[in-house]
Amino acid sequence: MSLVSGEQIDGGLRISSASPRDYFALLKPRVMSLVVLTALAGMMIEPTHVNPVAGFISLLSIAVGAGASGALNMWYDADIDAVMSRTSTRPIPSGRILPGEALGFGLVLSAFSVLTLGLVSNWLAAGLLAFTIFFYAVIYTMWLKRWTPQNIVIGGAAGALPPVVACAAITGSVSLASLVLFAIIFVWTPPHFWALAIAKASEYGRAGVPMMPNAKGEKRTRLEMLIYTILLAPLGVVPALLGQASIAYGVIAALSGLFMLNLAIKVWRAPDAQAADRDCKKLFGYSILYLFLLFGVIVIENTIVTVLRVMGS
Amino acid sequence: MNMNTVTEQNNDGIKLTPEQAKARRARNIALGLCIAGLCVLFFAVTIVRLGGTVLQRPM
Repeated sequence: MSLVSGEQIDGGLRISSASPRDYFALLKPRVMSLVVLTALAGMMIEPTHVNPVAGFISLLSIAVGAGASGALNMWYDADIDAVMSRTSTRPIPSGRILPGEALGFGLVLSAFSVLTLGLVSNWLAAGLLAFTIFFYAVIYTMWLKRWTPQNIVIGGAAGALPPVVACAAITGSVSLASLVLFAIIFVWTPPHFWALAIAKASEYGRAGVPMMPNAKGEKRTRLEMLIYTILLAPLGVVPALLGQASIAYGVIAALSGLFMLNLAIKVWRAPDAQAADRDCKKLFGYSILYLFLLFGVIVIENTIVTVLRVMGS
Repeated sequence: MNMNTVTEQNNDGIKLTPEQAKARRARNIALGLCIAGLCVLFFAVTIVRLGGTVLQRPM
């Protein structure tokens, strides 16, 4: 492969210059941090006592599983990553790690994370984690991404599953609360990702990826982003309405959801491409904050409840 | 590649650049820490799943 020809030795051997940091980058650490938070919320929203060690190892397994699917994604998508400015410095397109090394790394971590979760919790959770990795690496990365503009809508299911996996890990079943959290992330994904896709539409087009803006047009994308945000704003409040989160959570979710809706309306009504681009960048940044806020509040308020219960007993 | 070539290559040795040597050392340390971490992790899993009395069994 031309990317690494400078480090090839006669006979096909290659001396690697990859650092541990490069391998860590394969795990997509920023995505992992969101997975950890959403999975933690999925655990804490359940009124079940969890052994802290088992809970921590389950969470670690889910995070490593998510990282493994990120490595498999980078292995398969190295050709796309190489032609996009946002991803061209990733370890494989920059030549620091060979595709085969990333594949091996991803497969080993996938196996270890699934088996560890099965041993520490139960095989339903391990099966769900294996399905999540399979869905992201095979269904989304290998199939949907290069085939349909609905790629990130359907593929978003993989990113939405961590709370369900975490719930299964501590309860042995899938609860309504975890499915609500799944739905929030699932509906959040299109406006979040398409905001970035509009800003990077030409790059996706050059890479041959049929993202919604370059496949169906920017106008249609902005309308669909608005529709998904209209669904998302009330959905974010549902955990409070079902009694799975506090009234304080409900108020924060309602206000932050309205703010996100306001940004989506601005994107939809943007008079020209330049304004749309600017508003999309704002929406993209805020959407990350919105999800962190919702799941962060669930984690914080349940932590407070647990601490008070421990102190009271 | 025949045996002579392999022998010659082994005699010559492959000289790592300082950058490659540093990267290899860092990878080895990271791998060692991961293996140590896994040992601790599986010990913890064993205790959590089987209980602290797992070692107190009649011989």
